Amino acid sequence: MNDATQHTILKTEDLSIGYRSKKSETSIASGINLNLKKGELVGLVGGNGIGKSTLLRTLTHVQPALNGRVFLHNKPIEKYDNLALAKVLSIVLTEPIASKNMSVFELIALGRQPYTNWVGSLTKTDLKAVTSAISQTNLESLQNKKCYELSDGQLQKVMIARALAQDTDLIILDEPTTHLDMYHKAYILKWLKKLVEDTGKTILFSSHEIDLAIQLCDRLIVMKTDSIVCDKPCHLISQGVFDNLFPNDLIVFDKETERFKVKK
Amino acid sequence: MKPQPSYTVTFIILLFLVVLLFFVNVSLGSISIPFTEIFSSFFTEASQYSNKEYIIQNYRLPKALTAVLVGSGLGISGLLMQTLFRNPLAGPFVLGITSGASLGVALVIMGASAIGGVFASLLISKWSLVIAASIGSFLVLLTVLIVSSKVRDTMAILIIGLMFGSITSAVVSVLSYFSSAEDLQQYIFWGFGSLGDLQWDELGVFAAIYTVGLLFSIASIKALNTLLLGENYAKSLGLDLKKSRLIIIIATSLLAGTITAFAGPIAFIGLAIPHITRLVFNTANHRTLIPAVFLFGAIVMLICDSIAQLPNTDYTLPINAITSLIGAPVVIWLLIRKRKMVF
Repeated sequence: MNDATQHTILKTEDLSIGYRSKKSETSIASGINLNLKKGELVGLVGGNGIGKSTLLRTLTHVQPALNGRVFLHNKPIEKYDNLALAKVLSIVLTEPIASKNMSVFELIALGRQPYTNWVGSLTKTDLKAVTSAISQTNLESLQNKKCYELSDGQLQKVMIARALAQDTDLIILDEPTTHLDMYHKAYILKWLKKLVEDTGKTILFSSHEIDLAIQLCDRLIVMKTDSIVCDKPCHLISQGVFDNLFPNDLIVFDKETERFKVKK
Repeated sequence: MKPQPSYTVTFIILLFLVVLLFFVNVSLGSISIPFTEIFSSFFTEASQYSNKEYIIQNYRLPKALTAVLVGSGLGISGLLMQTLFRNPLAGPFVLGITSGASLGVALVIMGASAIGGVFASLLISKWSLVIAASIGSFLVLLTVLIVSSKVRDTMAILIIGLMFGSITSAVVSVLSYFSSAEDLQQYIFWGFGSLGDLQWDELGVFAAIYTVGLLFSIASIKALNTLLLGENYAKSLGLDLKKSRLIIIIATSLLAGTITAFAGPIAFIGLAIPHITRLVFNTANHRTLIPAVFLFGAIVMLICDSIAQLPNTDYTLPINAITSLIGAPVVIWLLIRKRKMVF
């Protein structure tokens, strides 16, 4: 596939992220130039506290950028109103949902809110989008269960199905694999990969599963204290980007096996 | 495939119960009036009323209607609060909204005599009480909301609401210390709560404001459902958070504020009704919950009022005591039985 011919979904220009209060500005990272294309699975990795969440919050317009700009479909993100943004960008957060007293179907149907009328009635198109989100996520058997009956892994899938029902070109997930066991971590990420291939959507997720992300993602955004790089995993490995991702005293990156190893 | 279970039959049964209890409520009282006479009174001209017909038309009917409005309105405002604050313990009473209304009323009743003279008698009309109570409840709710946008912990919000309650009751205590016995008595009687004090014209105004509050609640159904996911998700689904919050708060303060103004502070109904409703309607969808809470609120309030009447005696117990006697055990029982209160 040729990168240049693919449609750009999300682009940043010299983006600086951080927090601004009345008195001061705390910059977390700057000079971020990203370019997410249609049909890509992109992982965002980096150590704790490096600013992954802040970057995602800035990209989703939850918090303003300090400098630089974010473009969605070549339109500055601040030019979107809430409703227009909800039709091109959906998110899956780490925070738990406020009420779990909903059925799986009801929760996924809430993904149709940007399209429904004032009282939230589901039209045929909406029902179709919901059923297709359910079948893509293989949640048919669970759809009448209540959310409090689900395991963490199942609930995560339901939340992703909700984002699918929202029918946006870009889905951004903040640490979709936390609290899951090793099998389900791989399962969710593998499955995101399949979604990207099946639907042509662009998915960006942050994760601490660097080993898995290297194996599955089309491209990786690696956040380090001094720089942010975005490239194909194999290029990143050959450039030695992972070698100094973490302090070298405990774990080292092994280029042959493409994974981190504990120092003996 | 069913998107959500249908509750049509349950709704019909509940509606029937409301109608039945309405007539039972009208027929009970210091004198018992059979159903047939209730119906015949509807077709009698006002000038030819017998005593019983007069009682029905001018006392019992307004009272039963007030009960329906009070129960359903408090229930709905409780439901709105529980969703908005993401907390099953929220309700107009717990969040200090009722205390705010009480403070407004106390200031008018007991503060007016401090100003004195002709002005005082002008102030203590029914209408000034209504306005004072509405403003009081709106201000407290607004303060709670501003604080809650700064404090993320919902438990803290409830404690802050309770603190507002203590502050207002403290101010009321100070006021009552300085006020005359008559003013104090008037305030205490207001505090007992009463469904039977309303004339038809007052009921008309009450119903009008109540309807506005109800319409605001119905307009918030979609926003409320979105808020079930939490505020960040709601925003990502295109919800205008500030606007929706404001509408929900206006709806709640219109409902809870006017109810407290016209019927006094009525405890526990706002908190308990949504939970009783969820026992029967196992859903979080507000399109089902709002009409269901309406019906349950009306039913419980009609029952409470019928009990408060102490049938065939001249005594009328304070309605506030009856709702607490019923509401508090229900909440305790819910907590013990379900361990966890869902909303």
